[in-house]
Amino acid sequence: MGRYILRRVLIAVPTIIVISFVVYAILALAPTDPLSQFGADPRVPPEVRATIRTSLGLDDPWPVRYVKWVSALGRGDFGISFMSHSPVMSLIQQRLPNTLAVVGVAYVIGVVLAIPIGMISAVRRYSLFDHVATTFAFIGFSVPTFFTGILLIIVFSINLRWFPFIYDSNLQIHDIGSFFDQVKQSIMPITVLALFDTATIARYTRAEMLEHLPLDYVRTARSKGLREQVVILRHVLRNSLIPVVTLVALGIPAVFGGAIVTEQIFRVPGIGELLVRSIGDGDTPVVAAILLIFAVLVVSFNLIADVLYAVLDPRIKYT
Amino acid sequence: MRWRSALAVSFTAVLLASACATPGTPGTGPSGSAAGSGGGAAFKRGDGGELKILYWQAPTILNPHQATGTKDSDSSRLVVEPLASWGPDAKPVANGLAKEIPTVANGGVSSDFTTVTWKLKDGLKWSDGSPVTADDVVFTFTQIHDPATASTTEDNTEGVKSVTAKDASTVVLTYDEPNPNFYQWGVGTCCGILQKAQFANFTGAKMKDAPGNLKPIGTGPYMVTDFKPGDVVTYAANPNFRDPNKPYFKTVNFKGGGDAESSARALFQTGDVDYAWNLQVAANILQPMISSSTKGKMLSVYGSSVERILLNFADPNAAGDARGEPTTKHPFFNGADGLTVRKALALATDRKTVAVQLYGDGLTGKPGCNIITGVPDFESTATTSFCGQFDPTAAAKMLDDAGWKLGSDNVRAKGGVKLKILYQTTVNAVRQATQAIMKTNWEKAGFSVELKQVPASTFFTNTSPDGANHFWADVEMFTNNSDPDPTSYLNGWTTKQIAQKSNNWQTGNYNRYSNPQFDGIIDQLRKETDSAKRATLIKQANDILILDVVIIPIVTRTQVTSAISNTIKGNVPTGWDSEMYNIQDWYK
Repeated sequence: MGRYILRRVLIAVPTIIVISFVVYAILALAPTDPLSQFGADPRVPPEVRATIRTSLGLDDPWPVRYVKWVSALGRGDFGISFMSHSPVMSLIQQRLPNTLAVVGVAYVIGVVLAIPIGMISAVRRYSLFDHVATTFAFIGFSVPTFFTGILLIIVFSINLRWFPFIYDSNLQIHDIGSFFDQVKQSIMPITVLALFDTATIARYTRAEMLEHLPLDYVRTARSKGLREQVVILRHVLRNSLIPVVTLVALGIPAVFGGAIVTEQIFRVPGIGELLVRSIGDGDTPVVAAILLIFAVLVVSFNLIADVLYAVLDPRIKYT
Repeated sequence: MRWRSALAVSFTAVLLASACATPGTPGTGPSGSAAGSGGGAAFKRGDGGELKILYWQAPTILNPHQATGTKDSDSSRLVVEPLASWGPDAKPVANGLAKEIPTVANGGVSSDFTTVTWKLKDGLKWSDGSPVTADDVVFTFTQIHDPATASTTEDNTEGVKSVTAKDASTVVLTYDEPNPNFYQWGVGTCCGILQKAQFANFTGAKMKDAPGNLKPIGTGPYMVTDFKPGDVVTYAANPNFRDPNKPYFKTVNFKGGGDAESSARALFQTGDVDYAWNLQVAANILQPMISSSTKGKMLSVYGSSVERILLNFADPNAAGDARGEPTTKHPFFNGADGLTVRKALALATDRKTVAVQLYGDGLTGKPGCNIITGVPDFESTATTSFCGQFDPTAAAKMLDDAGWKLGSDNVRAKGGVKLKILYQTTVNAVRQATQAIMKTNWEKAGFSVELKQVPASTFFTNTSPDGANHFWADVEMFTNNSDPDPTSYLNGWTTKQIAQKSNNWQTGNYNRYSNPQFDGIIDQLRKETDSAKRATLIKQANDILILDVVIIPIVTRTQVTSAISNTIKGNVPTGWDSEMYNIQDWYK
C-alpha cells in the first residue's frame, strides 16, 4: 500500500506539469486580451497600451513566459494579478473562506441529506417517499442554478423580504446575531447548490442500494435472523457506500473551485466568481493559478478516493 | 493635442465616464455651516450610518491612474480628488483641492490660453494629517505624464508643457500652445492628486506595484479602511477632511459584482442599497420597476455622448494602397450628386424608433440631432427641422429626381454606379438592432445595405483593416463624446486630421471630410477667447457637420444611467465627471 501511494504520487508530478503546460498554452493562445478593458476606452491611446503590455511582461513569447511562471511557482510565487496588481495568492485567500462558507456548507448538507434519502428511497422503492424524492431529484439536477437562484431571489428577497441577496463578505461572526445574519445571507445560495448536490448523490446512493438488495449476502443475513435494520445499515448500506464515498471524494475539489453561476447571482465573492471574471478580463496569472490549484486537488482527491476504496473494501488490494 | 479618438460604448454597453467633469454645487464654502449642498439640512460629520453603493462591476484597483474602468475611477474618487470637478452645466466647480476656479477674468488663466494658475485651498490635509502642497500636484502630473508609468489617464497630459510649484500652495500649468480647453489637466476623473510621500518610491514602471494602489491616502471625504479587490471597498469618514461637518456618513460600502438587473431590484424593489450604478437593463423590465418603486428614482443624465453614423468621403473599395485614402472619392457620397445622396440617406434615417425601442425612450437615450450637445450654450437649433424629418418616400423621390433610377434589383443606380452601402459597427445587440432598423428604411429609399459587425476591441484600434479608423466601409456607427470644450473634438473633422496610411490612421477624421470653410471656423475657434463668439463658431461647425451630412447623429446617450434612493439628498448628477464627484455632499 505504501509503495502504491508513493508510485501514484510520483505519477502525479508529471501529470500536474503537463496540466500546467496545457492550461498555460490555452490561456496564451486564447483570444482574450488583458488590455481589452482599454479597447473601448478613448482615453487610453495605443502607445500607452503598448507600454502597459510591456510592463505586464506580455512581450515575451508565451513559452518563455511559461518557463518564468513555472520557476516562480517553484518558489511559491503565484504571480501578480494584471487587474489589481496584487498577489494572486492573497486574492485567492480572500475568497476561499466565502467559497467554503457557501459551496462547502452546501456540499456537506447535500451529502448528509442525500445518503438517508437515497437509502430510504431504495428500501421503500415506489413508495410515496420514493416518488417525492425522485421528483425532487430530477428537478434538482435538471433545473439550472441560474433559474432556481433567481426564483429564490424573487420569492424570498423581493416579495417576502426574508433574506438579502447581496452577500456581505465583510460580515464577521462574533455573536449569535451575526451568526444569524450569516445564515440569512447564505441560505439561498446554499439551498440552490445543496439541491443539486443532494439530487445527484441521492440518486447514486439509491441505485447502489438497489443493486445490493437482491444479492445473496443480503438473503444470508436475513436468513441468519438479523433484524432488517441491521441488514440494511450494517450490510447493504456499508457495501453500497463504497462507490458513493468515491463520488463524494471526487466532488470535493469542485467545492474549492467555487460555484461560478451561483456566486455570480448572489454576489458571493468566491473562487468561481474570481475565475470567471479573470477569464473575462484576460487576467492570466489568476486564471492559471486557480486552474492549477484545481488540477492539484483533482489529482490528490483521485488518489485519496482510490486509497479510501481499499480501506473500505478489504477485498481490494493495491500492490 | 490629440483628438480623443473614437470610442464608444463598448460591447459591455458601459458608458465610460468620459474625460473629466464636475458638480454644480456651489463648491460648498468652507464655512462650518454644514449644510448639505441640497439645502438647509444641517448635519455633522458621521451623523449618518452606512452609505451603500452597488456597482455590477467590482473595483480592482483604487489608483485612478491605473484604473481599467469606471468602477475603479469612481471608487477611487471618494478618496483621491482632482483640483476641481466638472459640474452638471459642464463648468468646473471648486469642490476639490483648488480654492477657486481659475478663469481669464480672475487672472488665473492667461489671456492667450496657455497658462493656468491653480491656488490650493488653505490648510488642506491628507487623511493621515500631513499637509497637501503644490509638490504633490507636480509629482502626480510628472508620474502620469511619464510614459513608463503607463497611466490610463495619460491622454489628458498630452500637450501640457509643464506643471510647476510656484509656492507651497500655487501650481502653474503651461500648455505647449494656446488651449481653449484649458481645464484639460486638473479637472475631473483624469486628475486625482496622489500623495507624493506614499508614491515617491514607486515612480515610473514601479507605480503599478505600489501598495498605495490598493489603499491610497487622499484628501477626499472618505478613506479606505478595507479593500477586497474584485469585491468590496469599505470606507470611513476622513477625520482630516477640510469641511469639519462633512461627510455625513460614518462609513461607505462600495460593493461590486452581479448584474445590472438585480442591481436595479436591490435599489427599486428591496431598497437594500442607496445607489445602483449603470442600470443598462431592457426598458420593458426597468420601466415597471421604476414606476412602481417607492424607494428610489432613476438618474438619466446626459453629457456629450452621441451615437452617430459616419459617411465615408473616400472610396473604401479603391484598389491597393489607395483604399480609403483621401486622394480617392467616394463613388456616390462625394461628387456632383454627393450632397443629394447624403441628404436622402439622412432623410431615410429613423431616429425616433431607435430611441423609443432600443434606448427606452429617454432612459438611456433620446433622439439626437447635434454632434455638439450637452452644453446649453453650444446647443444649436439650426439643425432641428432637418433632423425632425423622417420620410423614406421623399428620400426616394429626391434620388429619383437626381437621376438615380431604380434597377430591376430594387437598387438605385446612375451611370453604372449602384447605391450599395456596407454598414459597419461593433458586435453589440443594441447596435445590431439599430442597423436592422436603418437597413429597412434605407432600402425603402433605394439603397442596398450590407451589414457588418466587428468585435469592439478590434473596431477601436488603428491597426485593423476592420477598425473604425481605417473605415473601409461606406458608413459606420459608434458613440463618441467630447470634452466640455469641444475644440479638439471638432478639430477631428478638419482636413489636417484625415486618417490615412501615412499617419497610420492615428488621427480623428475617419470620414476624410475636407471643407475649407469648416477648417477656417476651427482655426478661428482655436484663437478666439471671447466666450460668446466661441459659442457661435462652435454652433456653426456643428451645423456644417449635420447639414452637409458628414455625420448622422442617431441618439444622444445618457452619461449617467444609475438610480438613487429617495432618502439620499445632496446628489447633483453631472454628465461630465465621475458619478461620485460630489459624494462629500450626500446625506440622508
